[in-house]
Amino acid sequence: MCGIAGLFIKNKAMDAQMGAMLTQMTSTLCGRGPDSAGFAIYTEDDPGFTKLSVIAQGDADLDGLHEQMCQEIDPAIQKSATGNNAVFRVPDAHAAQAIEWIDARPAKLALIGQGKRLEMYKDVGYPDDVAQRFSIAQMRGTHGIAHTRMATESAVTPEGAHPFSTANDQCLVHNGSISNHASMRRALRKAGIKVRTENDSEVAAGYLSQQMHEGKSLGDALDSSLDVLDGFFTFVVGTENGFGVLRDPIACKPAVMAETDDYVAFASEYKSLTCLPGIENARVWEPNPAHSYFWEH
Amino acid sequence: MMTIQTHKAAKNETVFDLSQTSVRDLNAFLHQLPDDIPCDPVRVTHLTGDHSVVAGVDADLDVQVDGHVGYFCGGMLRQARLTINGNAGQGVGSNIETGRIHVRGDASQSAGATGRGGLLVIEGNASARCGISLKGADIVVKGNIGHLSAFMAQSGRLVVFGDTGDSLGDSLYEAHIYVRGSVTSLGADCIAKEMRDEHRKELADLLEAAGEAGRIDVNDFTRYGSARQLYNFKVDNIGAY
Repeated sequence: MCGIAGLFIKNKAMDAQMGAMLTQMTSTLCGRGPDSAGFAIYTEDDPGFTKLSVIAQGDADLDGLHEQMCQEIDPAIQKSATGNNAVFRVPDAHAAQAIEWIDARPAKLALIGQGKRLEMYKDVGYPDDVAQRFSIAQMRGTHGIAHTRMATESAVTPEGAHPFSTANDQCLVHNGSISNHASMRRALRKAGIKVRTENDSEVAAGYLSQQMHEGKSLGDALDSSLDVLDGFFTFVVGTENGFGVLRDPIACKPAVMAETDDYVAFASEYKSLTCLPGIENARVWEPNPAHSYFWEH
Repeated sequence: MMTIQTHKAAKNETVFDLSQTSVRDLNAFLHQLPDDIPCDPVRVTHLTGDHSVVAGVDADLDVQVDGHVGYFCGGMLRQARLTINGNAGQGVGSNIETGRIHVRGDASQSAGATGRGGLLVIEGNASARCGISLKGADIVVKGNIGHLSAFMAQSGRLVVFGDTGDSLGDSLYEAHIYVRGSVTSLGADCIAKEMRDEHRKELADLLEAAGEAGRIDVNDFTRYGSARQLYNFKVDNIGAY
């Protein structure tokens, strides 16, 4: 199972409703993945700042950790927290240092997203409750991806929820299962890609990040993943300006897309698209297997 | 009679508005209908891609579904004539036994999977695995079909007006396949075969059943069937085990 909803806004006037639309789409997919959920929202660029999305571990004190970051890294670091999730806005010059600082404290913080525009929120619990916890419906953005998880390959934890982000402004959600994730994780870590969990889907995200780091476009990276990933998958991928979709050659997992002049939408089931404005006249189709699709602003 | 919120429209039609009534109530109503006398027609409205709409029905009636349905619509159907005025999700008409399903839009994966009898007509396209493991039903798709269609199909007929995806009829048994458009690739043991008069007659009958009598030339189709090379274990292949 697992459910995916993705939304890429083409009509700028609709950016303000992006969070609300994505939340509604996700709500119909709760039954496909009731154990945890996550949202990747591409918000406005905050010039001069990099956003680092984190999950506090155990009863880690986010206020205290923020204060410590300000003292040790840069006093201009800002924090906005909801529950166990927080987004730190770090001056660009100190972003790499802040990432190192967070990664050095695995007992207290898990870094789940990084980028100029990407904000990530994820937690265990029923997806509707997770969306409400983080007020996703009130968020504006150019594109967003949501996932409802029914865990198969690794434990149900907040950081094991999708999406996964393995490079600046890149994230991925996955429906399916990847068999060669252990060997690929080792290879990616050797190549310097930070793969932080034992989740199979994060390996796919890491692979795409590596390919794009080597200069491939999102489309080319998606195409090459068909040769190296062993398993079944439907991916929806976000980049700073783009949105991509790929299904494995057998197309085990469901996928349906809709496009109007205002948006491109992806969902695991058609019912998740029915809340979208103008869906009656949208072009609705199922993405072909082993064929990458992507849109860019 | 059950207390389900419905109203009677013209021609004794019972209307189920799914914004007011659950799919479970709709199906419970259909399941309690007698299976040996004709019943009044039913219309289902305000759909939001719901699953299992009109599943497991065994009654002589017309059902109109006004909107897009989710998975397994009309699954295990007997007798009824079901029209879906929209798109259908995965497994429409799955294991249909008798009766008829007419999809006016597109159908998702595994349309008519394991169907044992009856007729499934799809006006638009059907995606992957259409007619997988077909066991006797007839499927007519007026658009294109996706990859791995008629995989391991045992009997029944699949007619396609448009093109097919990869691996058509892979590991096919005795189902008959007729395609008018192009075939991306044939699956293992599926081959093009000669169209004889009996096949032209069979195809003409299917076209008539699908409402296309006299409008489409049976000679535009190619017949595909099993080469029957995978039926039995061959001792020459022992090395592969």
